[in-house]
Amino acid sequence: MSRERQINIALVIVLLTVPLWAWIKDEPFTLTLCTRMAILALAGVGLNIALGLGGLVSFGHAVFFGLGGYTMGILASHAQTYSPLMESPFLIEGTKSMPIIWLIATAVSALVAFLIGALSLRTSGVYFIMITLAFGQMFYYFAISWPAYGGEDGLSIYVRNGFPGLNTLDPVQYMVLTYALLGIALWFFSRLANSSFGLTLNAARQSPGRVQAVGIRPFKVQLFAIVISAAITGLAGALFADLNRFVSPTMFSWQTSGEIMIFVILGGVGRLFGPVAGAALFVFLEHQLGGLSEFWHIYLGLILLGVVLFARGGIVGTLAESGLKRG
Amino acid sequence: MKFSKLTFTAALALALSATNASADLKVGMITTLSGGGAGLGIDVRDGFMLAVEQSGVEGLSVVIEDDQRKPDVAVQLADKLIQSEKVDVLTGIIWSNLAMAVVPSTTAQGKFYLSPNAGPAALAGKGCHANYFNVAWQNDGLHEAAGEYANKAGYSNSFIMAPNYPAGVDALTGYKRMFNGEPAGELFTKIGQNDYAAEIAQIRASDADSVFFFLPGGMGISFLKQYANSGLDLPLIGPAFSFDQGILQAVGEAAVGVKNTSQWNKDIENPANMAFVKSFKEKYDRLPSLYASQGFDTANLLLSAMATADVNDQDAFRTALEAADFESVRGEFAFASNHHPIQNIYVREVIKEGDVFTNKIIETALIAHSDVYAADCSF
Amino acid sequence: MSLMLVFEQILNGIQFGVMLFLMAAGLTLVFGVMGLINLAHGSLYMIGAFAAAAVANATGSFLLALAASLGVAAAAGALVEFLVIRRLYNRDHLDQVLATFALILIFSEGTRWLFGSFPLYLDIPDYLKGAVILPGGLQYPLYRLTIILIGLLVAIALYLLIAKTKIGVRIRAGENDREMIAALGVDISKLYTAVFAIGAALAGLAGALVGAVQSVQVGMGEPVLILAFVVIVIGGIGSIKGAFIGALLVGLTEKLGSILLLALLSSFLEPAQAKSIAMMFSSMLIYILMAVVLVVKPSGLYGRRV
Repeated sequence: MSRERQINIALVIVLLTVPLWAWIKDEPFTLTLCTRMAILALAGVGLNIALGLGGLVSFGHAVFFGLGGYTMGILASHAQTYSPLMESPFLIEGTKSMPIIWLIATAVSALVAFLIGALSLRTSGVYFIMITLAFGQMFYYFAISWPAYGGEDGLSIYVRNGFPGLNTLDPVQYMVLTYALLGIALWFFSRLANSSFGLTLNAARQSPGRVQAVGIRPFKVQLFAIVISAAITGLAGALFADLNRFVSPTMFSWQTSGEIMIFVILGGVGRLFGPVAGAALFVFLEHQLGGLSEFWHIYLGLILLGVVLFARGGIVGTLAESGLKRG
Repeated sequence: MKFSKLTFTAALALALSATNASADLKVGMITTLSGGGAGLGIDVRDGFMLAVEQSGVEGLSVVIEDDQRKPDVAVQLADKLIQSEKVDVLTGIIWSNLAMAVVPSTTAQGKFYLSPNAGPAALAGKGCHANYFNVAWQNDGLHEAAGEYANKAGYSNSFIMAPNYPAGVDALTGYKRMFNGEPAGELFTKIGQNDYAAEIAQIRASDADSVFFFLPGGMGISFLKQYANSGLDLPLIGPAFSFDQGILQAVGEAAVGVKNTSQWNKDIENPANMAFVKSFKEKYDRLPSLYASQGFDTANLLLSAMATADVNDQDAFRTALEAADFESVRGEFAFASNHHPIQNIYVREVIKEGDVFTNKIIETALIAHSDVYAADCSF
Repeated sequence: MSLMLVFEQILNGIQFGVMLFLMAAGLTLVFGVMGLINLAHGSLYMIGAFAAAAVANATGSFLLALAASLGVAAAAGALVEFLVIRRLYNRDHLDQVLATFALILIFSEGTRWLFGSFPLYLDIPDYLKGAVILPGGLQYPLYRLTIILIGLLVAIALYLLIAKTKIGVRIRAGENDREMIAALGVDISKLYTAVFAIGAALAGLAGALVGAVQSVQVGMGEPVLILAFVVIVIGGIGSIKGAFIGALLVGLTEKLGSILLLALLSSFLEPAQAKSIAMMFSSMLIYILMAVVLVVKPSGLYGRRV
């Protein structure tokens, strides 16, 4: 068994034990934190497809996170007030059903990603980073100045949406749901990475010329990667909104894009469990450091800096490499 | 932060904190303590804790958390305080958008929320709740007073502007509700905007006789400094948020003489206020701000209710809060039917006292004022 | 919409653009020469403003304050370059983004720890206060004209530095071929520190100049940082000329865009509707501009294909 695999298994055990313990000891907030971790990790898994497998540094994944969130917010708020979204040419009504919301959230994110991706892929390198950032800012300012759904104040949904057969308001059940989705996404990621599509994507990252030479357009492969990546991040956005029962334009902000990117880099770019490790550490630090000092951002900054400078390849990468050297 | 307590240390330590039953009443304070808007949260916290300390009450514990001015963090902290710290009362939020994110779910979970600052219209009317009390103002209040003052001063076409977000819309609505004249121009600016050259150009191009603006915090500082150098000399009116103790020193001479509206000032003459200003200065070595006074009043309201009722008897505790039987530093204070204040709102003028820029009350704009949304509210 | 208003907005756009150029010049130099994405450039802007405010309050001299902003920001830049940044030159952009993001956190909260949570006072000196009357009768703040002048002087100085001096030759050589210049015996690490410090000093100067008419507070650098990135990307990364053109384009779009958009929409929509739509899109305009430029010219206006 490879060292990385051992690390992944250890991580899974820890991330399953913590909520189990919290459940036994009746500590609902720890469950909420685990849920938050799983959702952020899911967003990271999405980005990891574009970033890790495709080498496409998107600084605008908050667009999809926010779209997922607003899909949930808009549908649920219409369902709450029994006012249809649209009456002509055909009737669209709101819904409080999670599976439908998820479906629409992923579809909307994928569609927007197709458009943004098609335009952004004309550029590369730093220009790609910056054009995706520009799209993020457009959505951010649009959400702030569009008054219909709360503008800067955002939208509150008083009751979490429903999932058939589950009581989603119960922290444990909602957590299990997000863990399950994260598990499916991880399984999907590992299948994708080893599929012929994944290999082509990897090749397009390393030497676009050769891929072109065998008759595949790198553009097509990369665009497809962005679309899948966005769909998963969009799903995470819908879940995140449901966790907080609230959406706001902050979900679209460049800081959100930056944070999703941080989960991936912190954990290990391209590593299967990278985003999971990154999100877990981030959520842990946020809550651990917040109580230590009013100026806890300094410590967070120092830790992040330490990871970049001394732990190349992120947490998972560093642990796996150190194992290789020893073994 | 000696009052702050950290519960989430590690999964293993969680078992210990679950059985904390000695406290009679536990308050969770979620406020902004880091980042650009921290000054306001720190003032609310300091005012609140000053009152708690002065009371010397046993059995009141306060857990303080930093929301970083992020709504999703605030929501999550509210979950934490309710689920894990098992607080009875939440308070502390500064910004309307964070309040909109936290208050509805807090009251839905059967907890009390006392607002020391934000008062969005949505929570005063149809969205009101029996367990939500606002100890500061409904957002429109100070702007309505500004409109009333403009009438008295004889202005008939003010140029009005505010940031493009719900509290900004509330501001302009509030001003226009009282203002008898016709606005010469109406502008929504960007949130966090710091360059007002374009707006000043548009004011110049209009035929306004006065300017009303609501630009809280850094935005107001920037506007005032730029306005002072623009060659324009139309009179300015605004709510207290751009003229507060914390930021006046940063504006400097540019603010002197400007009229602004507030429900509190340090020169309101009543024993509670004089004692508050003195003890705040002694303890923290700075003059208290509007926000500090609101934090102080919030704590005293809570303490007054605690003295007569047990928080576990929700109906009795609610009645005790409704009575508002405490010495407010702003003088007379009562709750309207929607649990928002009935209070006087004054006009202040910025003056220089020695080296320090501060405010002086020059007249009363509105007497025993309450908001228009109370009619829509039924519990 | 009067012609006078348009004229005033053009001046405002130029002033804003020139200020953005001060920020963008350093950013684009650092990227062009060292290949580094520096998110912490906005922190240097903030440091300049705080240094200026501290010195102005202590001495009462605005010129000393400006000098302090240049000096302190350059020193902070050189220090950060020495401690952290130089370890990032050979890393990919991702590591650079994360590390400089971490630096933002450290700088922002460090500044708050030093100076407290309230905005600082910094005002323009009496001799630059008030408005002047321009030909045509427009009243315009003297200080804003001064910023335009300083910005143009800096642009010329930068041009001369790069075109005519020894260090300029090395900077240009460094942009073209990093290994070659090291092989020629130029102390590359000293060159890098110098370039970084120059960029930091310009950002610090921008912070001080702007801080005098805005609010000097923690976090003031981030919105400007994003705009500076927009500028260098529109102009083409690494190109000082591109940064200058890009800065003016962004400045003019920002200040003129909303009133032109409103005028355009008002011609066929009802006033209230035109106003609300114009407002919604005016804050997105510069990002739309950037996306359009990149779609048409994927390496910016004056960039080399990367």
